[in-house]
Amino acid sequence: MKTIVPIGPYHPLQEEPEFFTLTVEGEKIVSVDVQVGYNHRGIEKLSEMKTYDQSTFVVERICGICSTSHPFAFVQAVEDIAQIEVPERAKYIRTIIGEGERIHSHLLWLGLAGHFLGYNTVFMWAWKLREEILDVMEILSGNRNNYGMFKPGGVRRDIKAEDIPMVLKKIDSILPTLDMLKKAVLDDPVLQARTKGVGILTKEAAINYSALGPTARASGIKRDVRKDSPYAAYDRVQWDMIVTQNGDVFDKLVLRVLETFESVKIMKECLLTLPPGEIDANLKTIPPGEGIGQHEAPRGECFHYVKSDGTNRPVRHKIRAPTFMNLPTYKSTVINQTISDVTIILAAIDPCYCCTERISVLDTKGTKLYGGEDLVRLSQAKTERLRKEMGVK
Amino acid sequence: MGVKLKALLKSPWVFHMATGSCNNCDIEILDCLTPRFDVERLGILLAGSIKHADILLVTGSGNRQSMERVKRLYEQVPKPCLVVAIGECALSRGIFIDSYNCPLPIDKVIPVDVYIPGCPPRPEAIIAGIAKLIEKVKSKA
Amino acid sequence: MTRDEILKDLKNRFKDDIIEVVDRSAKRVYVEIKPESLKKVVLFIFKDLGARFNIASGMDDRDHMEILYHFILEEINLLVSLRVKLKKPNLEIESLAPTIEAVNWIEREINEMLGINFIGHPDLRRLLLPENWPQGVYPLRRDYKEWDPTAIRDRGVS
Repeated sequence: MKTIVPIGPYHPLQEEPEFFTLTVEGEKIVSVDVQVGYNHRGIEKLSEMKTYDQSTFVVERICGICSTSHPFAFVQAVEDIAQIEVPERAKYIRTIIGEGERIHSHLLWLGLAGHFLGYNTVFMWAWKLREEILDVMEILSGNRNNYGMFKPGGVRRDIKAEDIPMVLKKIDSILPTLDMLKKAVLDDPVLQARTKGVGILTKEAAINYSALGPTARASGIKRDVRKDSPYAAYDRVQWDMIVTQNGDVFDKLVLRVLETFESVKIMKECLLTLPPGEIDANLKTIPPGEGIGQHEAPRGECFHYVKSDGTNRPVRHKIRAPTFMNLPTYKSTVINQTISDVTIILAAIDPCYCCTERISVLDTKGTKLYGGEDLVRLSQAKTERLRKEMGVK
Repeated sequence: MGVKLKALLKSPWVFHMATGSCNNCDIEILDCLTPRFDVERLGILLAGSIKHADILLVTGSGNRQSMERVKRLYEQVPKPCLVVAIGECALSRGIFIDSYNCPLPIDKVIPVDVYIPGCPPRPEAIIAGIAKLIEKVKSKA
Repeated sequence: MTRDEILKDLKNRFKDDIIEVVDRSAKRVYVEIKPESLKKVVLFIFKDLGARFNIASGMDDRDHMEILYHFILEEINLLVSLRVKLKKPNLEIESLAPTIEAVNWIEREINEMLGINFIGHPDLRRLLLPENWPQGVYPLRRDYKEWDPTAIRDRGVS
């Protein structure tokens, strides 16, 4: 017997609304469909009504978690039209802000993943640690989120030399806790049992879906815009691209945790070697033409295409967020998994619907109805059961 | 003050609805629950279901598709209930006022009791807003 | 293969299909092709050259609609954008979704935003717009006008 399980649109799984329809046979998932559109705000159209300087702020408000990724890609697209080089110091500052955002975003995901698996301690620890990074961002940019640091041609705000020692001290202070969190999460046998071999995205599927960022890298694809097409200061500092091979949830977890350490490394090196000089190239007019900007956001590549006709407003501004490519992979990862694993598989790509959508009850006759809350409970109950079976306290 | 309102304000359970927001306000709400701000010590708890909620926290710019659901959800909340609009988008739609998919501000669709401005408001501001709401209801009753 | 070899190969292989090649910079190449040869060019770039599909972007111009298919060749860091121009009012093009999964969603989006019909798409439902959005109104077209008389575009303060 086939059962339809609707999840959403408002449910405690994610902060954002979206609607999943799972068709299950017993415990197995047969098919899944997602309905988005609860966050669509028509930003592409809005951006055509604004000037380039205003658009930077509009794209910043596409998504709150990756609020620097979209401006990062957008200003690079505008600079690609004008064919200008950004001052060296501005490149470093951009890199610092971009990596700070990656750290807080990965910690946020780790916390949520812990919550879905019934590890609320992980949730609390990760989010507590994240506050430290938000403090760092506040020192650097003046804001906890929506930093407002970027502008076509450079950055808006300089990093003061007297702030750097304080920031470095703060970053160093989170490392021991991060290390503890890494060991606690990765050595836990129950957590391994819950995530290993679950929701596998094969390499072939990842290529066909053109998956991005951690979703692709966990499937053994070496794909990172920061390495493939270096921009800002990413080719001036030492760091490694983390790639894992299995494509399951555990690999995505490991990858994100390890990537956080790389981001800390990049951020520290940039702060220590921040070159002196201007922070703005004083871009006055945008010539007619088209440009493309790419940035490796925490979830994958952000892609902005901007077409200019020589006026102060873009004629066309196409925004592609990483989740737009990553979310359709659920078709190959969720099928044939059990229903208690759905939450973590869907969460494993770190979906961000605000980005994807720039732009509840079904017929339940004779079917059993689960809400999103029940799914989280099912998932947490499975962890509890495994923990007992394995004799782990 | 009626017994219902009194019971409601003792330990208000909040339900959170995003209506086409950029996620930032939503994350700041979740941030309020985590150790640094920890609103649970004040008796504020995030409810998983609308049926358990006393206060609705609405964020976002009132997207056409989600506002339909918000209307429906508002009908399902046990009354009396209080509504808090969080963030610039929920107040006036902010930067999205000209968007084709955000036709109405939230307070034209459901009644709003307290407005918390900011893009996004800091967690301190959200907590202060909820405290003001409780004061407001107490002083009126 | 190097950048020049790939471009030369492309030009030779599809000399009847390519209308114009704009070599914009070291990282960007824009190739305009005929709409009817889209599929074979895309399949060559995606499958044989192993490019990654970035996204497609549609644009409304005065007398035609334009779709750009962006592909990145990661090994040599080259972004190839295939440009297809569709004369109005014949807004139809062959769908790539049956062969490349990644194109599925963006074709749905372009369809609802610009009203371009993708022939052979397996599931051309609306993606982002709400159910009560009127048929035949496409927000990203140049002639889009506010259709909802109840909408308020006023903050209430002057």
